[in-house]
Amino acid sequence: MASNTLYSPRDPALKKRDDFEDILEERRSSSDLRYALRCYVPVVYKGIAPCKPGVLKTAVLQSDRLRHVVAEMSKETGESADVIREEASGILEEMAHRLRLGTVRFFAYSLSKAFKALFQRVRVNEDGIQRLQQSIQEHPVVLLPSHRSYMDFLIMSYILYTYDLSLPVIAAGMDFLGMKIVGEMLRMSGAFFIRRSFGGDKLYWAVFSEYVKTMLRNGYAPIEFFLEGTRSRTCKSLTPKLGLLNIVMEPFFKGEVFDVSLVPISISYERVLEEALYARELLGVPKPKESTSGLLKARKILSEDYGSIHVYFGHPVSLRSLAQGRINRSQYNLLPRHIPRRPSQETQAFVNETAYRLVRLQEENMVLRPWVLVAALLLQNPDGVDMERLVEQTSWLRGLAVSFGAFLDWPDYVSASKAVASSLALHTGLVRTEGGRAQLAMEPKEPGSPEEDLFDRAASVLSCASYRNQILHVFLRPALLGMAMQMAEASRKDDIYSCFSFLRDVFSNEFILCPGGTVQDFDEACYMLTKCAAVHVQKQEVVATEKGQRILSFLTSLFQPFLKGYQVGPAPFLELVDYPRELTCYEALSSDVQKNALAALLRMKVVRKLKV
Amino acid sequence: MASDGHGSERQRAASRRLSAIAGHLRTAGQQQRPQVAGIHCKAESSSDGEEAARSTTVPRRRQEVMKWNGWGYSDSRFLFNKKGQAEFTGRRYRLSGMVLPSLKDWFESTFGASLQHKSPATATLNASAVPFPSLNEAFLQDLKSTGIPFSHEAEDRVFRAHGHCLHEIFALREGKFGRVPDLVVWPNCHEDVVKTVDLACRHNVCLIPYGGGTSVSSALECPPDETRCIVSLDTSQMSRILWIDEKNLTAHVEAGIVGQDLERLLNESGYCTGHEPDSMEFSSLGGWVATRASGMKKNVYGNIEDLVVHIKMVCPRGVVEKSCQGPRVSIGPDIHHFIMGSEGTLGVVTEVTIKIRPMPEYQKYGSVVFPNFEQGVACLREVAKQRCAPASIRLMDNAQFQFGHALKPQVSSIFTSFLDGLKKFYITKFKGFDPHHLCVATLLFEGDRERVLQHEKQVYDIAAKFGGLAAGEDNGQRGYMLTFVIAYLRDLGMDYYVIGESFETSVPWDRVLDLCRNVKERIVRECRERGVQFPPLATCRVTQTYDAGACVYFYFAFNYRGLADPVNIYGRVEHAAREEILANGGSLSHHHGVGKLRKHWMPESISDVGIGMLKSVKEYVDPDNIFGSRNLL
Repeated sequence: MASNTLYSPRDPALKKRDDFEDILEERRSSSDLRYALRCYVPVVYKGIAPCKPGVLKTAVLQSDRLRHVVAEMSKETGESADVIREEASGILEEMAHRLRLGTVRFFAYSLSKAFKALFQRVRVNEDGIQRLQQSIQEHPVVLLPSHRSYMDFLIMSYILYTYDLSLPVIAAGMDFLGMKIVGEMLRMSGAFFIRRSFGGDKLYWAVFSEYVKTMLRNGYAPIEFFLEGTRSRTCKSLTPKLGLLNIVMEPFFKGEVFDVSLVPISISYERVLEEALYARELLGVPKPKESTSGLLKARKILSEDYGSIHVYFGHPVSLRSLAQGRINRSQYNLLPRHIPRRPSQETQAFVNETAYRLVRLQEENMVLRPWVLVAALLLQNPDGVDMERLVEQTSWLRGLAVSFGAFLDWPDYVSASKAVASSLALHTGLVRTEGGRAQLAMEPKEPGSPEEDLFDRAASVLSCASYRNQILHVFLRPALLGMAMQMAEASRKDDIYSCFSFLRDVFSNEFILCPGGTVQDFDEACYMLTKCAAVHVQKQEVVATEKGQRILSFLTSLFQPFLKGYQVGPAPFLELVDYPRELTCYEALSSDVQKNALAALLRMKVVRKLKV
Repeated sequence: MASDGHGSERQRAASRRLSAIAGHLRTAGQQQRPQVAGIHCKAESSSDGEEAARSTTVPRRRQEVMKWNGWGYSDSRFLFNKKGQAEFTGRRYRLSGMVLPSLKDWFESTFGASLQHKSPATATLNASAVPFPSLNEAFLQDLKSTGIPFSHEAEDRVFRAHGHCLHEIFALREGKFGRVPDLVVWPNCHEDVVKTVDLACRHNVCLIPYGGGTSVSSALECPPDETRCIVSLDTSQMSRILWIDEKNLTAHVEAGIVGQDLERLLNESGYCTGHEPDSMEFSSLGGWVATRASGMKKNVYGNIEDLVVHIKMVCPRGVVEKSCQGPRVSIGPDIHHFIMGSEGTLGVVTEVTIKIRPMPEYQKYGSVVFPNFEQGVACLREVAKQRCAPASIRLMDNAQFQFGHALKPQVSSIFTSFLDGLKKFYITKFKGFDPHHLCVATLLFEGDRERVLQHEKQVYDIAAKFGGLAAGEDNGQRGYMLTFVIAYLRDLGMDYYVIGESFETSVPWDRVLDLCRNVKERIVRECRERGVQFPPLATCRVTQTYDAGACVYFYFAFNYRGLADPVNIYGRVEHAAREEILANGGSLSHHHGVGKLRKHWMPESISDVGIGMLKSVKEYVDPDNIFGSRNLL
């Protein structure tokens, strides 16, 4: 059942969430081969017989939309329509998936083996699966998983296969096609490939969007793509990209489908496979090109333990309910529907807002392990901390996080000391524990040049930060309020609000902060901090309480690295004079922070881009 | 069904056609036929003073032949007999007196209804519950001196206080009356109307014209806050054909004539108008003009705007009409288009010159079965593209096809039932049509025999390209019958907790399928969300084809057991369905009109400037809002 409640209930701590089942459990006790070869009969949309990929291609090439664009381009360029059509057919050939059950079965088999080696558990909320199954039969479904790892779409397809649900067709980057054989195998397991950028290419856009829309209209299969556009190297959610979301919404706006179900899915890893790679990438080492040989080399990771994966299928969100009162669908009445046109401003705003909401839903349902709390605390104590104190602090932080609505995978029967100990055990690469003290592993294994040492230190800080980042969304709004209170140096609510608004604006490239939601976010922050008795909110004033000091100082120092990063981050680009020589904050070295800070400055018109 | 086309056959064909479609009136009480006559002028007949001698299908006292709280003739109704079988009473229709064995099962399974659960209507009209008339004495005095008949009896007034919207009939069945007219007048001719309107202006009385009373747009509802005396101006006694011009093929007719009388009288002279809206038994010529009506055979004869040559309307500002009968003119915006669709807000249409045609020598029904609705729509689109639509072509969706099937009368012989079984076997098993997806197009061809047969072949050839199989005349004819008995069926439903109604729209071809699917789905969803316990019946048919689009007609009904306020829920669902129509590129109305039910959407439908245009016309024509029904604007 699609729901139209987008915001979590007023009190985030009361949010009801489903229980999880481990799907690897059965794999460990029965034959993988039989599993891969079992009878697979998924339920489909309104009982439609799935059409063959070939039929789909023909439908796209013969669509009114494509014919219109071809005719127009032929008029513009003087090229014959046949040539352009040929080109379109080529594009489609390169793009289209060729889903084949055989390949799927191969993946089912080999992934079973791999997952069992890599992970302790792959846990899925079965209630979510049931809701999805229902949705698939009612309306076209769009699956929107979070993106942290290459594993994401493999996991998704694997789970859907396991639960006998229609396999999705997945929008994947063209880079994968660089991998010999593997690229084509992904294609045969349902991936379709799109170029990273095709800004001005009208024909490409037409083929691509028509291809996606045709699949959606026919209810061919669930369509899966990543709102964030790319893997988040920092484990923070990325600002959503709107292109594909626009495309999948259009059939509803134009009345071609009754509704579209948007399903936010949160995939959380206890340890991300690409952990070390990401930190290096953030420090400027280019991403290794996707290649089959690279994949084979990477098989050494099979010998390591990556803990558990949690996959939470959120409540399907009905696009129709979202658009109710927001989008006037009769705006499409006066132009033939196959003629492409830019979405109106109200539509763009709606799509943007929806994208943010969906990413927030992904965030909210992201399962957090105790380690995330530990990482946050360790980063605040770079000189190390007594185990005893760490346990106490973790336990305190747990209470705070839960009251702010964090989805913490920390059952009551596990004591804080146990939780801390097992967290540290899984991440020995990042933490040293010696003499009852825990500390980030900063000293290099083998001493090198000062630059290399600095690089290694920064890399381990960033790796650790990527875990802390997972919980930032829980604290973001109260922390902004805390920082605003500090900044305003007064307790007048108006002043604090304007500081809040400023900070929110500054960080809107960094965190998921929906444009135009300032008032709501401010209220939410006030509510949360009032609830834990950290502040007093009166009509005119916001005052910190005695008890609130600890909370507020934790919150501000949690976000301190970003504040610092934004102060010094863009400096190298901007050739600022007073660039600090002494670097105290390793996170400022993250290319992600620098990039976001620069984007914020550009957006706020503090700096201007000059073509060089 | 086919006639041989000999001259002697013409009369027989005519009467057969009428009995099939309109249903003859064979009441014994009807001693004298209405005056036909070109020769009798209205002045003569009114100077006769022999009002009593004249009689039409529709008497002044409608209650003598018609139901006061349901559709149509008092003697005709559906009921479930003691054996639980449905039958249709009376002797007026082909279906009259017949038993419909499969209706009960269909009814119970479609709606989750049960014959055990009855929701009977109040039997008789309780006159004391009707609000007391507030009369304008000065007006009444002057009216008396004109000699125009009038009445302020409760029954007469209640009869003219409503159309046939669900909420109107539902309230009547419960014996509830809102604001009703205070007075009913029956002008006899154009001059009488001029006098009445004149008096109304002089005494500031509110006038609401009343034709056949078949409105489904709340157009006849009296504004509850109207404080003036409301006078219902019933045109039913203005029902003469004043002349027939065989050279130009036109007839000049008083606007109160109802469809079946007009056709019958013209048929007697060998002519017809060919205008056959589903309500033609009761709806009037003036009503057609005032609402921009459409007839099912518009492909041959045109809609009302194509049919009228000249209109005379009495407004508070005076009488409006054109000075010639030129077939087309270029003299500014067509004033006929201010009148057509004005829904009684500007004046009363009194006389109309309408095109007539020689009666068709040959008529043939037909039907085509398609594997699914999509194929059917594609076929209709192609037929429209080739501009070869028969007089009528309609495409019913699967639910409506099954509905139609449930109305099959008892089969008389084993042979027929064997044949039916064989047909079914051929279509579902041999041709592989899924009985839950197939749908049927019904066809009606008209013209001379040769051309009809040729035409028929052309249409069936096109249908074959879309997987259509010819399915016989009988299916076709039954399809059309459905539209004439549907309103009676609604009354049956209302006896058993089922309420429903129809609504329509027009939409460009490329959006027909999307609109049908989305509207039906919206209905189902809205019902579910509003607590309707059983899935509703939401079904549609494409009833008219045009060059650039089609008219789509929806039936919507549900079982309201367990609901506290079914009419309110019904209204909300219908409102939602209309929003869905508009969001999917459909129009506010194809032929039912706007009335008060849909006027909420007028500004978005015709823009604020458009509203201003209409308002300024109203302002000039009727500055004191004498025609105060408050429809449209």
